[in-house]
Amino acid sequence: MTGFATLFYKELLRFWKVGFQTVGGPVLSALLYLVIFAQALGSHVRVFEGVPYTAFLVPGLVMMSVLQNAFANSSSSLIQSKITGNLVFVLLSPLSHLEFFAAYVLASMARGLGVGLGVLAVTAWFVDLSFVAPLWALAFALLGSALLGVLGLLAGLWAEKFDQIAAFQSFLILPLTMLSGVFYSIHSLPPGWQKVSHLNPFFYMIDGFRYGFFGASDIAPAASLAVVAVSLAIVSALALRLLKQGYKIRT
Amino acid sequence: MTFDVRQGEFFGLLGPNGAGKTTLINIIAGLTRASAGSVAVLGADVVADYRRARRTLGVVPQELVFDPFFTVRETLRFQSGYFGLRANDAWIDEVMHHLDLDAKADANMRSLSGGMKRRVLVAQALVHKPAVIVLDEPTAGVDVELRQGLWQFVRRLNRDGHTIVLTTHYLEEAEEHCQRIAMLKAGRVVALDTTQNLLANFAGPHPADLEDVFLRLMRKH
Repeated sequence: MTGFATLFYKELLRFWKVGFQTVGGPVLSALLYLVIFAQALGSHVRVFEGVPYTAFLVPGLVMMSVLQNAFANSSSSLIQSKITGNLVFVLLSPLSHLEFFAAYVLASMARGLGVGLGVLAVTAWFVDLSFVAPLWALAFALLGSALLGVLGLLAGLWAEKFDQIAAFQSFLILPLTMLSGVFYSIHSLPPGWQKVSHLNPFFYMIDGFRYGFFGASDIAPAASLAVVAVSLAIVSALALRLLKQGYKIRT
Repeated sequence: MTFDVRQGEFFGLLGPNGAGKTTLINIIAGLTRASAGSVAVLGADVVADYRRARRTLGVVPQELVFDPFFTVRETLRFQSGYFGLRANDAWIDEVMHHLDLDAKADANMRSLSGGMKRRVLVAQALVHKPAVIVLDEPTAGVDVELRQGLWQFVRRLNRDGHTIVLTTHYLEEAEEHCQRIAMLKAGRVVALDTTQNLLANFAGPHPADLEDVFLRLMRKH
């Protein structure tokens, strides 16, 4: 247990030491999104009945920040350790692949949730938010950050260069989050694009998280939670298998 | 190759570049999987019983690697924690003292010179008091002062019962410290004996040193 706790604490300290960049930066980005979108669209768009667009936007921005930062944490930590070579210190230790997995994923969740709370705290000044079903919101935040933490771990294991992580982030994570309904309800899309949106796992996380605030969503929250939980189980099984094999970290 | 390193001995692994010294060390440490065969450290198989094997093993890697986010003390505490040791500051302080790192305890790893980083690598390998210490070219590119300090400390650890496995290209260091030496070439053991026997059996017409023996053996095989 001490080995796992140490690696977890080390991973927490790693992002906390550069908190201005890893927590402050994403909070500011989310705030800018809110200010710009609220100013440009706020008075023109109604998504849910009785919910102003700015209020609709906040949960999406919070969840987007949670997901992107959970991914960024495990992927950047692992690729940095691989490229600089200091991963050897963990590999030489008696830590099991399960402890390795749990420490990286939990630290990613901590960063994702920390940034999410920061975004919520800052944006809450600008809107009146309701919390109709906070446990749903919490469940989606926990499972969503875990899912992205595991995806970051997979990306970090697979990548051999920093630009491969950047490509993963720019061409997969960013489009999937941007097109997941952070800024709109998928009911405002043509039927064809609505169907495409259902193939995006990020949509279920954003939609379910938003249900926790307004008690309204495009999909029933239980169905969304099941999609997220199954996705998490699949990627976790894959990551644990690769870690056990030592995929690209032991030769 | 098949050979045993005896408990408590100071053992040398010598060979030219590409002989397989680092590959062998990586297999022992679990960084590389052997395509065939097995290795055990104090009876613990390095694959099947990797947790026990790694607890008994302290490896100083050849590459000068470090984590730029942390100080020397943090680095050593983390390494100690990975091995399951929580309250280990007394031993960490002692290791730092012997490696002359006290003044740098709270310095960030990035700010250290190459020699100092090498000392931290050695300290990291020792934080869990491993029974077997593997030093993969520990003195490559370091100054005389560190070398002397390092050898003094390693000899003391050996006297205290720690088994030392050393690879080095500085043959005079191997001759001075190792009780037995295995010479490797292209993944095979071409000689394995006590340092004294190697010097006696492969001596040429002139008074031989280990460098003569090494060159003679490498040309022969």
